Amino acid sequence: MISFIIRRVLVSIPLLFLASIVAFILVVNTGDPIEDLRTKPNVPKATIALREHELGLDKPVVERYVSWLGKAVHGDFGKTIKNQPVWAQVRRSLGVTLRLVLFAEIVSVLIGVMIGVVSAVKQYSWFDYGATTGAFLLYSLPVLAVGSFLKFILAIRLNRWIGRGDDPLIKTIGEGTANFCTASKPYNCGFIPSVTDFLSHAFLPMLTLVLITFAGYARFSRAAMLETLNADYVRTARAKGLSERRVIMKHAFRTALMTVATVISLDFGALIGGAILTETIFEWHGMGRVLVESINKIDPNLLLCWFFVTAVAVIAFNLIADIIYAVLDPRIRLD
Amino acid sequence: MTAPRSDGAEPEAQQPGSVEREFTVQQRSQWKTIIRRFTHHKPAMISMVVFFLLMVFAFAGPLFWKYKYDQVLKKPLGGNKDWIRPSWEHPFGISKGYDVFAQVMRGTQYSIRIALVVTVVSVSIGVAVGAISGYFRGFTDSVLMRFTDLMLVIPYLAAVAALQRNVKGSTWLWLALFLAMFGWMGIARVIRGEFLSLREKEFVEAARSVGASAPRIIFKHILPNTLGPIIVNATLAVGGAVLAEAALSFLGLGVKPPDTSLGKIIEVGKSKATTYPNEFWWPVLMLCLISLTINFIGDGLRDAFDPKQNRVRA
Amino acid sequence: MTSLDPILKVSNLSVEFPTDDGIVKAVRGVSFEVRPRDVLGIVGESGCGKSVTAMAVMGLLPRTARVTGSIRFRDDELVGLKPKEMRAYRGQKIAMVFQDPMTALNPVYKVGWQLAEAVRAHEDLTRKQARARSIELLHTVGIPQAESRVDSYPHEFSGGMRQRAMIAMAIANNPDVLIADEPTTALDVTVQAQILEMLINLKDHLNAAIILITHDLGVVAGITDRMQVMYAGKVVETGTADDIFYSPRMPYSIGLLGSLPSHAGSQERLKPISGAPPSLINLPAGCPFSPRCPLADDVCESVEPPQVVVSDGHVSACHHVEALNAMADPLKLFEEVAT
Repeated sequence: MISFIIRRVLVSIPLLFLASIVAFILVVNTGDPIEDLRTKPNVPKATIALREHELGLDKPVVERYVSWLGKAVHGDFGKTIKNQPVWAQVRRSLGVTLRLVLFAEIVSVLIGVMIGVVSAVKQYSWFDYGATTGAFLLYSLPVLAVGSFLKFILAIRLNRWIGRGDDPLIKTIGEGTANFCTASKPYNCGFIPSVTDFLSHAFLPMLTLVLITFAGYARFSRAAMLETLNADYVRTARAKGLSERRVIMKHAFRTALMTVATVISLDFGALIGGAILTETIFEWHGMGRVLVESINKIDPNLLLCWFFVTAVAVIAFNLIADIIYAVLDPRIRLD
Repeated sequence: MTAPRSDGAEPEAQQPGSVEREFTVQQRSQWKTIIRRFTHHKPAMISMVVFFLLMVFAFAGPLFWKYKYDQVLKKPLGGNKDWIRPSWEHPFGISKGYDVFAQVMRGTQYSIRIALVVTVVSVSIGVAVGAISGYFRGFTDSVLMRFTDLMLVIPYLAAVAALQRNVKGSTWLWLALFLAMFGWMGIARVIRGEFLSLREKEFVEAARSVGASAPRIIFKHILPNTLGPIIVNATLAVGGAVLAEAALSFLGLGVKPPDTSLGKIIEVGKSKATTYPNEFWWPVLMLCLISLTINFIGDGLRDAFDPKQNRVRA
Repeated sequence: MTSLDPILKVSNLSVEFPTDDGIVKAVRGVSFEVRPRDVLGIVGESGCGKSVTAMAVMGLLPRTARVTGSIRFRDDELVGLKPKEMRAYRGQKIAMVFQDPMTALNPVYKVGWQLAEAVRAHEDLTRKQARARSIELLHTVGIPQAESRVDSYPHEFSGGMRQRAMIAMAIANNPDVLIADEPTTALDVTVQAQILEMLINLKDHLNAAIILITHDLGVVAGITDRMQVMYAGKVVETGTADDIFYSPRMPYSIGLLGSLPSHAGSQERLKPISGAPPSLINLPAGCPFSPRCPLADDVCESVEPPQVVVSDGHVSACHHVEALNAMADPLKLFEEVAT
């Protein structure tokens, strides 16, 4: 098992290395970080040259990449164009986003698989029709429509309706109340107030992400489950005289899980896209905002770090899915 | 049990040439069955009609509507003064001085244009990569598939946004090309899978045994048999591209003025979504309609091509 | 109750499946009975209803299937039983061996686990006891080193070994009836004979009846007591193996024999039956075999033939039993027509 994991991690390293090259190419082509400075009238050439040197733009691309990589492997991702440490900013945003994405992913998988399995077992029932149609609609709807609907139509009205229009129960903006726990408000610093504050902010974004993500899993689990329900070994299990419950859980569901595990990894990239949009709609200061800002302001180091961190996340996620799959399927040799 | 030979037409089996005729009859009836299954898929047929109406709205509408999408009706005065609620004159209201109805028509048109370019380019790349990979297998396959894996590691919205930042002037075509560049991996995997299984089939073996060249086998023998998945995936790619474009423009990283698109209009409307809901929700609704209809059509096509309905896009 | 009483009696069994294109009449009025240590062969082309008959006996048909007629196990009627009640028979009284051992075992569980599951479904045993029983069962079906093989996964078994494991699973609860649906079709020829031999030995060992379903007359030759030939959902000829092999009285049986290499002899050419079985949705009015039959006349095309008694225990559903009786060598029927 451990050797299997080590082997997979080792395989991931060249992939990450190649991804960093692609990311560097993308960042080099994003634009000129000191375009403003260049187009501004009356800027002395020396100032521009100095800035170019500061940002390393005077060196050839390959050299820039090598020096970036040399520092990055030691955990130094450089400074932003505003001379702030990149990693500190990315780490903060990553924490915000990970909370959102991991929670949404776990809840979506649980709900999606559950609904998919019940749909398949009760194929052509009302539950199946309802769940399949609902999942189809949510699967097809754009994230920004679902998020905006929850924010502008449901939450704002709901808050007003329960008489909390000014101090909304369900927060629609930000990932937490600004200056929530300060010296002047010590009563806010306990565990319960901070969790309550987090949940009231996180509710809508998480709901949005869960709604758009679970539908895909539900659809896929249903199909996977229908396939295993018709498999020969499920017929064998029935022929043994096992209870229907045991046939479904131990035989059909257990093997369907293997197929579901493969999709979870494939969908993680889509989940990041969904998270970027959700964060923007609910104005969170997460990785989505870092991406938009680093591109708008053409901040090479920040954008590079963004690509690097998300690539690591995607690879890590694929790895986890691989391991889950290997654990579920005895035909894969772990040693 | 659904053997299509219930009409008992076997007495002519001795006639020379009847084999070929039987084959073409079979072929035609296969397409007939697919078309029949598709036309019996109610949501897909309704979606076809709605989508057609949307296209008329988007492509013919601007020719008849009294305002142009880029016609400044009110000088931008700042604040709320250049936003006006809907009236008969401006059914969707005015946002930042422009008639939203005209903008939505224009935006829908460009969203579709972008999506079609994305689809044509990404499906071509995907089919080419998948076909080569699945047919030649071995080293070629592993190189191409590792490259596909690599492309999947970079979140594609971010990659497109990064490249799009540097585009000057007309932006929509570039956006479409970038989206295609980073959006072909799914279909490549599907087509590779099809090729891997079809290349082992007897008819391919037969073609190879009479000395058919690789391109001939790929184009004449295998590719026609993957038409179903290609059509289904291409349809769904149109929907995906519309959403991707809208997402990027919504983030302010997609098309830039003077071009417009549904995402761009939504982005402008978003700041006033509570006070001027029409200017925001109409384009959102349009986006939902496009996505839903295309997905329904794709679903109908999938059912028509693959009635087992066991396969789901991964 | 003596051992000569039928243990399983199927009478006038019909199975229909409603589909979008119409009602598929998969089985039409099939009757048979088996006694302990009987081997009944059911023979026919694929799609003739033989597997559906087996699944009906097991109660494993999809819920949409409409089953009529009677299936009696000893004194209990099985048609119309609730799924829960049916479970008491399945695996314990009537067990089944499926065609493809590659897919019939669950790939994610160890063989021993799957065997123990079958044992524990009907017997209150501890895990340890069930495991001991699994090893014993693997021994019985002739798997070497059963003590270690019990912890193998199905993919670590060869095809023949998997089929042995399937049989071990079927006999786990000493069933009274063992249905084997094409048990050797997916196996190598050399393994086929071993598996068949084992089935026959097990029958005596368990005092069970075996229903052997196959499309291959070569498989049933020599090991069955009685045979039924099925065509388009109907039994078209019933008799002892000798009846069917040496004096068949139904052109379809003759056709099947003619398609059998060993029977036709090494010098003679095979004589295939032309055409394909009819669709089970729009069955022709008369004899379902009439479109392919060299003897077919107007009566055959309009009137479904009754079951005609040829001799004691030999029954044929053919209008032309008399003509076949009169023929010097009915086995040459298809040749004579062709020339």
